[in-house]
Amino acid sequence: MSEASSTMDLSAADGPIRRVLVANRGEIAVRIIRTLKRLGIDSVLAASAADRESMAARMADRTVCIGPARAADSYLRIGTLVEAARGVGAQAVHPGYGFLSERSEFAAACSDNGIIFIGPTAEQIERVGNKLEARRCAEEAQVQVVPGGPVDNLSAALTLAEQIGYPVLIKAVGGGGGRGLKRANTPAELESQFELASAEALSAFGDGRVYIECFVKQGRHVEVQILGDGHSVIHLGDRDCSVQRRYQKLIEEAPAPGLPEGMRCELHAAAIRFAKHINYRSLGTVEFLVDVARQRFHFLEMNARIQVEHPVTEQISGLDLVAEQIAVAQGQRLRLTQADVRLAGHAIECRINAEDTAHDFRPAPGKVSGVHFPAWPGLRVDTHIEPGAAISPFYDSMIAKVIASGDTREQARQRLEAALSEVHIAGVLTNVALHREVLATPEFRAGGFDTGFLGRFLAERGAAAAAN
Amino acid sequence: MSFSHEDVQRLLQLLDASHFDELDLEAEGIKLSLRRRGASLVAGLVATPAPVPEGPRSTPVVPAPAASADSAGALLEIRAPMLGTFYGAPKPGAAPFVSVGARVGRDSAVGIIEVMKLMNSIAAGVDGEVVEIVASDGELVEFDQVLMRVRPA
Repeated sequence: MSEASSTMDLSAADGPIRRVLVANRGEIAVRIIRTLKRLGIDSVLAASAADRESMAARMADRTVCIGPARAADSYLRIGTLVEAARGVGAQAVHPGYGFLSERSEFAAACSDNGIIFIGPTAEQIERVGNKLEARRCAEEAQVQVVPGGPVDNLSAALTLAEQIGYPVLIKAVGGGGGRGLKRANTPAELESQFELASAEALSAFGDGRVYIECFVKQGRHVEVQILGDGHSVIHLGDRDCSVQRRYQKLIEEAPAPGLPEGMRCELHAAAIRFAKHINYRSLGTVEFLVDVARQRFHFLEMNARIQVEHPVTEQISGLDLVAEQIAVAQGQRLRLTQADVRLAGHAIECRINAEDTAHDFRPAPGKVSGVHFPAWPGLRVDTHIEPGAAISPFYDSMIAKVIASGDTREQARQRLEAALSEVHIAGVLTNVALHREVLATPEFRAGGFDTGFLGRFLAERGAAAAAN
Repeated sequence: MSFSHEDVQRLLQLLDASHFDELDLEAEGIKLSLRRRGASLVAGLVATPAPVPEGPRSTPVVPAPAASADSAGALLEIRAPMLGTFYGAPKPGAAPFVSVGARVGRDSAVGIIEVMKLMNSIAAGVDGEVVEIVASDGELVEFDQVLMRVRPA
């Protein structure tokens, strides 16, 4: 793989971090360990019993087993992870994404025990994790939010929906990442969905409060990567993640194609205003819904962690985002000014999942019997699979990210298409073939489509298959 | 006279191969009583032939594999149910919960694993005699790590 490298590297002598406990698994654990090695920092992987023999375990300087395979008994145990960090003498914990990465209790438990949490402060995680609070912060920072607001009961919901217009989305205050969303096209649907949404929110997030937002029909998902040190905030450009299935991202690219330059600048400025308003310290992403029809954008949410799609930003910026994240976590000021951030070219990432695309994308765990990823210039593969690797039903089905870059979007797209034609993964079903089909569509080639694109594509594909 | 682990193993084999159900031995500083499970207690130092039991043969003192040359295979392991800091005694300076040679039952406390200042009592989970303590006091133990080895009762 072509490794993104920071121009200004952090040496271990620059700060207090000499050893990091990696509290995650899969490709992101591999990714983090790779940077730790480059920086001369010891890596200790906290692995469940199912991941003892994983690629990350082999790469880490040491692996400690934190519990059985079930995430609730291992990767989600705050006390165990803090104890592990203390026991192995780590000064810091990297939470990766998912699991405990956005749990303020974890960040707080780390700092209470004198361990650096490589991420924002517990208070910042709390503020952006509460979707209503995040909306309020956005409004205070003069960042446009989607029309809507909190509703305590059905009659309040009906009144508000009448004001903002149907269709509306019912969202969980404690939700995020597309989970806990329901769409209501009519007052009758709102009536039938409201109580259900609230009950689901309570069981899934422990918080039954919901809010409603205007559903933007033709929206693009555009996000801005930011980096803050608690004092200053810079942006590292934008990404488009509009290829989504049921709010789960499948293909991401940087920069977002075809945005009017004025709007792009406004998006960057809005993301910085939001992050500055909360004195954000760490790497983060501010997500926006770009209303294509009306040529305006709205704040969606902020992700207070490293994201799955961060490699596309690394590929066009030449930065190692994990290294920057570690630098600010140990109290350093930003090592880059906005002018130092030079974005060049285009990068596209496909998320390869072990799933059965023919049967409603259900996860397809199994044992990988063979793997081949091509190694070409302009191609990067972030993965943890190798022959013999078990794709466990306990965890996420994502097994690799294939990232192609080029001087132009079309060059990156062609490289990715060609690379995927050479990818070979045996033993488990994957969505590689679907990615190739999507990349070849006229809509994808043109770029700038809304989040409904993949749904329409799959519906047409399904209809065509049924007709044959 | 010193009596080694191997000597006991050899005696077990002898008893197992014999038609006797009990063996009592007294030597300088040592008293050993071996008895097949299910055999009736017979007083006296000298082994006496017990009535041959009806039905299936009674089980030996230790499970069959222990009678083989590979005695280590017969030992049971007490494993850590969680990651944390292991302590072999209830508090610093206090006598340990168990030492090598101690008899433990399923519910016997054999140690403590501390996770974030929370002390979790670790039960043996097996019946037998502690023959080895693997975990060191005050050290990080991983989930499923072997803490002690026990010869089954």
